[in-house]
Amino acid sequence: MRPGKMLREVLGSIFKKPATNLYPAQKLDMPDRFRGKLKFYPERCIGCKMCMRDCPTNAITINKVADNKFEAVFDLSRCIYCAQCVDSCPKKALEPTKEVELAQLDKNKLRVVFSYKENK
Amino acid sequence: MLGELVYIFIFPGFVFLINFAWIAEFIDRKIYARLQNRVGPPWFQPVADFIKLLSKEDIVPAASNPKMFKIAPLFALASAITAFFYIPLWKVDALFSFNGDVIVVLYLLTLPTLAFFIGGWYSTSLYSRIGSVRSLMQLFAYEVPLFMGILSSALLADTWSLREIAVFYTRHPYVWMFNLLGFAIALVSLLGKLEKVPFDIPEAETEVVAGGFTEYSGRMLAFLRMTLDVEMIVGSALLALVFFPFGLNLHPVIGFLIFIIKILFIISLVSLLRTVVARLRMDQMINFCWKYLVPLALLQLLFNLAMKGIFFR
Amino acid sequence: MHNSKDFKIPIGPQHPALKEPEGFSVALKGEKILGVDIRLGYNHRGIEKAAEERTYIQDIYLIERVCGICSHSHSTCFIQAVEEIAGLAVPRRALYIRTIIGELERIHSHLLWLGVAGHEIGFDTLLMYSWRDREVVMDILASITGNRVNYGMNTIGGVRRDISPEQSQEILIALDILEERTKYYIEIATQESTIIKRLSGVGVLSREDVLRLDAVGPTARASGVKRDVRADDPYAAYGELEFKVITDERCDVYGRTVVRVKELMESYKIIRQALKNLPDGPIAIKAPRKIPAGEALSRYEAPRGEDVHYVRANGTEKPERVKIRAPTLANIQAVKHMLRDRYLADMPIVIAAIDPCFSCTDRRIALKEQESATGKIISWPALHAYSLEWYKKQGIDFTALNKKLRAKGLTE
Repeated sequence: MRPGKMLREVLGSIFKKPATNLYPAQKLDMPDRFRGKLKFYPERCIGCKMCMRDCPTNAITINKVADNKFEAVFDLSRCIYCAQCVDSCPKKALEPTKEVELAQLDKNKLRVVFSYKENK
Repeated sequence: MLGELVYIFIFPGFVFLINFAWIAEFIDRKIYARLQNRVGPPWFQPVADFIKLLSKEDIVPAASNPKMFKIAPLFALASAITAFFYIPLWKVDALFSFNGDVIVVLYLLTLPTLAFFIGGWYSTSLYSRIGSVRSLMQLFAYEVPLFMGILSSALLADTWSLREIAVFYTRHPYVWMFNLLGFAIALVSLLGKLEKVPFDIPEAETEVVAGGFTEYSGRMLAFLRMTLDVEMIVGSALLALVFFPFGLNLHPVIGFLIFIIKILFIISLVSLLRTVVARLRMDQMINFCWKYLVPLALLQLLFNLAMKGIFFR
Repeated sequence: MHNSKDFKIPIGPQHPALKEPEGFSVALKGEKILGVDIRLGYNHRGIEKAAEERTYIQDIYLIERVCGICSHSHSTCFIQAVEEIAGLAVPRRALYIRTIIGELERIHSHLLWLGVAGHEIGFDTLLMYSWRDREVVMDILASITGNRVNYGMNTIGGVRRDISPEQSQEILIALDILEERTKYYIEIATQESTIIKRLSGVGVLSREDVLRLDAVGPTARASGVKRDVRADDPYAAYGELEFKVITDERCDVYGRTVVRVKELMESYKIIRQALKNLPDGPIAIKAPRKIPAGEALSRYEAPRGEDVHYVRANGTEKPERVKIRAPTLANIQAVKHMLRDRYLADMPIVIAAIDPCFSCTDRRIALKEQESATGKIISWPALHAYSLEWYKKQGIDFTALNKKLRAKGLTE
């Protein structure tokens, strides 16, 4: 029983690389299943609005722009990135991405619209 | 006269000492971080902290005694810097020396602790009062081993003057190796003076928010932190002279480099000790100091007395 | 030297020793503690009421965010209660996956606690090292579930994501690394003399006191009381797995440290067994949206102790009543008892030793009227009227706004 039991480990750390990640110079790679910002495929959406029913915070709104064409409006400040909408969608029109750097200075930029683009 | 003014204000006095104190704080924090497998602060961190604190507002609590509250940091800083002028650094001479200046230097190093107590007590907030009282209780524990360790080296040299100690050890090389036990004791006690783990009880962040420093902000806090850094340099310089008095009669530049290396060595030992132990409780610290450090210091004193009788009659 | 008057020092609600707000008012004489007054409620967020306004699927995510460190415990406990009311037969693979994630969460929580305990006694080096090793667990959890905390793994009727064989391999490799590091921490905790000095004899809670004050979790197990929901009332896959319930006889903070570190070793064993015996099959069955009427109580062994959830359903999509009793609420009564006749320096580590999670703790409080001797419970409309009166006395009149909101149907 003596003090300083961690001495050997601590001295060994001088020769190791520090365990700190030098963000933002070094950015980390997120794993595959990471739940970041969501992506919406307007061509697959059928307007059933199951995602709106299941969202815990009412972060997603589906608007009808034309017959059988829908757009999605996300409020990123309300989204909790749980990806329940991804599971609820019967047509797999929503997908999580790995994007996590979503901070903005202007609150209006947090309202993201995925509009319907015509297929040429 | 001009030479003495330069000594006091520029080199190695005020300007050099403050810069060296900042460099010492950086080295201490960097070594502490690297030992914990982290990156640590950049080289300008202590300077940046000082400038930031100077730019903040000074808040004086309404219930406190404003005069004592404001004077305490300046008093602490002034006495720590004054102690530096009596210590020979890289040659045998210091700026002023007389017989008995070992005691004066140790006394001048005790004054900052008293100033911390006064500042904390007159802050009248609960955390400050508890922290300041703890500062003084800690003084009971570490002061005696510190004094005994340093005086054991002075005993071997048969003098109370720092200059004469330097002269004695320069005349008899390798004799300083007799004092290594005293060095270990003085180093552990120095941790108590500098309020570093395991003896950072007055400033324990998780118990009393910042101890005696709780109510300070702005310029006064900047000076208090600088006092701790300057105390580290002064304490290390004192230990370096008393326990490692070699290289004092060489060419000044080489002597200066040797002095820097000695100080850095002592600072790294302090950082290492700070990393590997937890904080002790007050009663455990007093127990430890009086049960273990003081008998070892007595042993060192007896050994030195015997050596003096045998070799240096 | 000592201040001869007794004075009361507030530790909290904001204090560097506490990770979450809590009001302790400590009566001191010098360095000795004479008594402690505890005041809860700073973290009350109205979760139980919010749970009544949302459907069951939305509630999973709400209940998960009761606490960041024991989030899977709360969500699994809630879902177990709902599945019992609905009479769903959850597939075995889902139960095993829930167990694996639960044990990974226990590892994460205990390593976090080790760091926090080190910080409270001034040993920052232990904090840095144990949190560095905790990153291994966080990365594994991120690659399986998609997030480092708040895993979102559960759904009513099973789990949402599967564990592929490659991920099983990753988990096993990570467990080997962690086991080696945990053995090092056991060595440090049992042999470093400053740690032993700070932690021994502090926060003593005898066996009789545990039974009287109803402490749960490692706080109780360190006093020799064998109380573990995983063994007493097996849920998920624990009935089919072999593990030991760790107890210790020391009854103090040091004993709690030893219990937690040894529980880490048991968790590695459980996860290895579960991965080896992972049954095939579906990971979820389809659950109805409307849960039939009924009520259920479910218990779960969170890293901090026994977590109890009560759910009452009435045939609609939203629950009628959800009640959560977190383990810290059971342990906090013991803190008063543990701090008598101790020093102020012991206060942070004693509070940290019960592993407090005040976010879990603050639930519905019963407000009593000040004048009455026994205390009468105030109902919601009466509280509303009282608040309007109070603001009127301060000079702010809410009656016009209240009328507008009542017309819209947004208030009573």
